[in-house]
Amino acid sequence: MVATLTPSDTSQAGPPERPRRRERKQTREGGWAVVFLGPQMVGLLVFVLGPMLFALYLSLTEWNGIGDITFVGLDNFRELAGDHAFWQSMRNTLWLAVMIVPGQLITGLAVAVALHQRKLRTLYRIVYFMPVVTSQVAVSVIWIWLLNGSFGPLNSILRDWFGINAPDWLAEPSYLVPAIAMVTIWQGVGFFMVVFLAGLQGIPTAYLEAAEVDGAGTLRKFWHVTLPLLTPTLFFLTIMSLIGAFQIFDTVYMMTPQHSYLGDSTRTIVFQIYDLAFARFDFGSSAAYAVVLFVLLLILTAGQMVLQRRWVHYEE
Amino acid sequence: MSRRRTSPAEVTRSVSLHVILIAGALLTVVPFVWMILSSLKDQPQVFVFPPRWLPDPARWDNYADVWRAAPFLRAYGNSVFIAVMIVAFQLVTCAMAAYAFARLRFRGKNLLFLLFLATMMVPGQLTIIPVFLLMANIGLYDTHWAIILPEGLFSAFGVFMLRQFVRGIPTELEDAALIDGASRWRIFWSIIIPLLRAPLAALGTFTFVSSWNNFLAPLVFLRSPENYTVPVLIAQFKGEYSTNLPLLMAAASIAIVPVLVVFVVAQRQIIRGVTLTGAGK
Repeated sequence: MVATLTPSDTSQAGPPERPRRRERKQTREGGWAVVFLGPQMVGLLVFVLGPMLFALYLSLTEWNGIGDITFVGLDNFRELAGDHAFWQSMRNTLWLAVMIVPGQLITGLAVAVALHQRKLRTLYRIVYFMPVVTSQVAVSVIWIWLLNGSFGPLNSILRDWFGINAPDWLAEPSYLVPAIAMVTIWQGVGFFMVVFLAGLQGIPTAYLEAAEVDGAGTLRKFWHVTLPLLTPTLFFLTIMSLIGAFQIFDTVYMMTPQHSYLGDSTRTIVFQIYDLAFARFDFGSSAAYAVVLFVLLLILTAGQMVLQRRWVHYEE
Repeated sequence: MSRRRTSPAEVTRSVSLHVILIAGALLTVVPFVWMILSSLKDQPQVFVFPPRWLPDPARWDNYADVWRAAPFLRAYGNSVFIAVMIVAFQLVTCAMAAYAFARLRFRGKNLLFLLFLATMMVPGQLTIIPVFLLMANIGLYDTHWAIILPEGLFSAFGVFMLRQFVRGIPTELEDAALIDGASRWRIFWSIIIPLLRAPLAALGTFTFVSSWNNFLAPLVFLRSPENYTVPVLIAQFKGEYSTNLPLLMAAASIAIVPVLVVFVVAQRQIIRGVTLTGAGK
């Protein structure tokens, strides 16, 4: 990397005086660049690029962390393709994303629109933002109880007030994943709301007033003026939400009962990465999962970037 | 707008909106209230059917029990230490790199910057295994530095965001200082850093909050309970006391309530930090 920071232009033709002065200045700046970039370059090489390459290599090996590393080519990936647990974790991750992304976007936007230019905005904002700053681990602990099927308050409210017999959320796989999505959405509303509010603030009132003069009602104004002008914010938050949903771990780790048949049914990709490497010391398979996650995120983000041309309106 | 008469329809709309907003606010707050109330119950009260909201009698000893059962004070100290160190390292090194990218001329600058940006796509879960092996090999496993160094020494986002702000600073001041013979180092510390106060505060807040709530890294890198951060201690506590719900709620309260108090006091700065940084991401 040092090579990239060394001065250039040594071969430049021209009057003898000028290039040398230029060279000297560049040398000095190149030196400063090394100084200023040094710490972050160390971080980039030692904690990101190096580990990334090593992880790619590990995904092609079999290793328990102590013995010899055996190169096995694409065997790990072939194993994943035939592994029920892998497809289960893919399904769970996708299913979570399908619930979480629209859930976070819609609730965040709804609260932001309701709050925009309204009294007591600051107070509401504080309240809605509270879960954002609290630890997902601690929040999961609360929800484990709230959602408890036999003596949790949620089900008893549903039963006593609405006559609904709710399922035991945490004991049935088909409800546990939606429950995790619900907790994630609950915790994210505040963040999405505040970013949407900033987006709404950026919409020039002139457009809305013009639409009003043309006789547009509230809904039409929202649909034809506000929403198109909000698409850059929506685009950014969609990517944030997608990436977040695919990397969800804390809530899954906390809300999945340990050592039970349920444990397998709620695994996500990131949970598998953790479990395989740090509980079962199967570093090769774990790295293979991580590579799959990396590729998935790349495809998703690239896909969004391509799609954005169709639906994101940037103001001139 | 303000001179316009408010019609009855508008009043109805405003009222119904507030009703919905209050309902949403209750949904947000009630879990925390439930947590605090339940943390004061004793075991039999938990299994009362139908569930009761208020603890009767309140059992404050739950907190003493939690305090005795798990080293929460220590975990708080650990969490604060890690977060403060990460913030300090990140602010200094990111600002330095941002200054280099914004102001210095050197070969391969654009390519290198692109490389920084590209790493934002690399999920931390891909690099955590090799970083874990590295830490184990250099003797930093089960120390706080295993968490501090990777976070503190690299943040593509921090570099990117601060670079934008450095580019927004007019160069005249620097040019004058350069002519006077000031070094880049001096210029950076005495001209650039003071002008970056607001974005540095925002980035610092954002980094602090994410470090505070980080779970995967401390879970992987720390083994001894006396090194645990608050989230890891909570997770371990949950494993041991999974049937003692009041104690669990007391532990969760110990983790959450102080954070909420700090948040409410500094909400403007915290919301700005988390979203300014988030919105630029």
